[in-house]
Amino acid sequence: MQNVETVSGTGIPLLLDDIDTDRIIPARFLRCVTFDGIGEHAFEDDRQQDPNHPFNQARFQNSGILVSGRNFGCGSSREHAPQSLMRWGIKAVVAESFAEIFFGNCTALGIPAVCASREGITRLGAVIDADPTLELTLDLNALTLRYGEESVAVTMPDSARSALTTGLWDSLAQLLARKEDIAATAARLPYLNNYAAS
Amino acid sequence: MSQNQNLFNKVWDLHSVGTLQSGQTQLFIGQHLIHEVTSPQAFEMLRERQLTVLHPERTLATVDHIIPTQNQARPFLDVLAEDMMSAIEKNCREFGIELLDLDDKRQGIVHVVGPELGLTQPGLTMACGDSHTSTHGAFGAIAFGIGTSQVAYVMATQTLAMMRPKVRKIEVNGELAPGVFAKDVTLYIIQKLGVQGGVGYAYEYAGTTFDSMSMEERMTVCNMAIEGGARCGYINPDQTTVDYLRGRPLCPQGAEFDRAAEWWLSLASGPDAEFDDVVVFDAADIEPTVTWGITPAQSLGVSQLIPSVASYDASEHTLIREALQYMGLDEGQSIEGTKIDVAFVGSCTNSRISDLREAAAIARGRHVADGVKALVVPGSQQVAKQAEEEGLDKIFTEAGFQWRAAGCSMCLAMNPDKLQGREVCASSSNRNFKGRQGSPTGRTLLMSPAMVVAAAISGSVTDVRKMLEPALV
Repeated sequence: MQNVETVSGTGIPLLLDDIDTDRIIPARFLRCVTFDGIGEHAFEDDRQQDPNHPFNQARFQNSGILVSGRNFGCGSSREHAPQSLMRWGIKAVVAESFAEIFFGNCTALGIPAVCASREGITRLGAVIDADPTLELTLDLNALTLRYGEESVAVTMPDSARSALTTGLWDSLAQLLARKEDIAATAARLPYLNNYAAS
Repeated sequence: MSQNQNLFNKVWDLHSVGTLQSGQTQLFIGQHLIHEVTSPQAFEMLRERQLTVLHPERTLATVDHIIPTQNQARPFLDVLAEDMMSAIEKNCREFGIELLDLDDKRQGIVHVVGPELGLTQPGLTMACGDSHTSTHGAFGAIAFGIGTSQVAYVMATQTLAMMRPKVRKIEVNGELAPGVFAKDVTLYIIQKLGVQGGVGYAYEYAGTTFDSMSMEERMTVCNMAIEGGARCGYINPDQTTVDYLRGRPLCPQGAEFDRAAEWWLSLASGPDAEFDDVVVFDAADIEPTVTWGITPAQSLGVSQLIPSVASYDASEHTLIREALQYMGLDEGQSIEGTKIDVAFVGSCTNSRISDLREAAAIARGRHVADGVKALVVPGSQQVAKQAEEEGLDKIFTEAGFQWRAAGCSMCLAMNPDKLQGREVCASSSNRNFKGRQGSPTGRTLLMSPAMVVAAAISGSVTDVRKMLEPALV
């Protein structure tokens, strides 16, 4: 796996709270057996109802860093949500906070999901809106989002940060490596051993 | 096991395989559940990496999300849905996983089927590619909703990489008033703690209100832990749990059951158990609860007025205005009397036999209002059979409800059951997100099954307490 230490790109602001995964990818687009083509349906219903939705605006079409509000990605566990954002072109998400399943799904795909203060989010939204071509750089080692001469502090749990920066964000290889420990755990579980007194 | 450990930490420690380099715990998953929507890409991942399923006997598959509730002839009219059905059938065959397919009398919503078969048991760690996996916590299992990559991890290794959450005890004490149900309790808790109040936490629901609930009521409560932002929710196993499980087909039998029950009861958080946080509510403060907005926390007691924007913290104003505008409601307006177009009784929150009995008790001898489309969708084929044996289907159809086949149906509308345009739906499901019920502009009011029936009959949101038998009030 590739180390994810820095992510650079222009920004796209969606400064709303409680954006749920049904909004990110409506359920009818989950009728699929691969994730191919799911990117074009990111925020489909919101975009239909709002011509000015950031995902509709020409100036944000090549953006890679999504900036949003509190509790981003709440609701369903559908990995289709980060998959659709990733396939639309999003490489990192900065929000005031995240719902946990969504956060875990992002990490498993190598997409850093970092938190910033509401003040920081508001400031980022304003600078991106003023200059959509502004290059932003998320630095997971320094835990900053830099733009021009300025930066906004970001936070991320150490476990996810180290998984990304060391290239271990797809944890399958690590999980597979401990076959004996898995068997030893199973051997001590009462329900796998006829509830025999231990 | 330490006396002051809560159930969550006891079960977590027992299932800990070790600590990963990232600091996460590698956690053994005792029981895995899969369905047709979030599994096909996971199986593909196994194929790409030439992996097998480590413990196929610890995964059970069912079909629920895309199942039509009317015409179930194969191939389905919806080609995409048919593709998903074929995929799970092929994948389960190829990887040796048992599938409760449509022609299996045990088929139904994954979170209804697991408990009714006795597969869901205290002390298990469980996972499923579905956020409402928290439902299984009603038995004192630790049950996590996971994404598709993680579904592949569980199949390949029977483990997950997770950080241990903190544990918050939510205590509710006292008796629920007539007309107030488990659904109202869970909506009330979310309203008080918020949709992200549970982030970083597992929720333990404790107190006399939960002690006196049936297993099905407890499932309704734990089902919506996720709507409160919690990673999972659970209730300590007790005699009610043991009595529910005794004799179920996938439970141990005979002397082994007695040994199991002894172990299950030993897992409960003791009186000295420690928690990272404790909140306490009084059951007497809870009335029939209805959502008015676009998040499950935007709710109120049916007798109350929709709160003013100004009554919220300034940081909430944008969201509250967005919700009012989408719903076409005004601050200060009464929620009672809000006209509805559709009524839906169903979903993994409220589609079990006791939910249908409560709904039928209100529907009996009454009729759905003109212009309201009303659906009852049982959670499983077994629930449907039981309801038909009790004559509940007749009560519903005579009252003007459609009696459908088992599945997720209009909770998320991946099948043909969808709202049209800006229709308003009184729904016993779990999410009132924008567009959730299949129309991008459709509107959802969450409430208990009894309240859904009351709304269907009067054509508008109605306090179900006005429709209870006099003897009950």
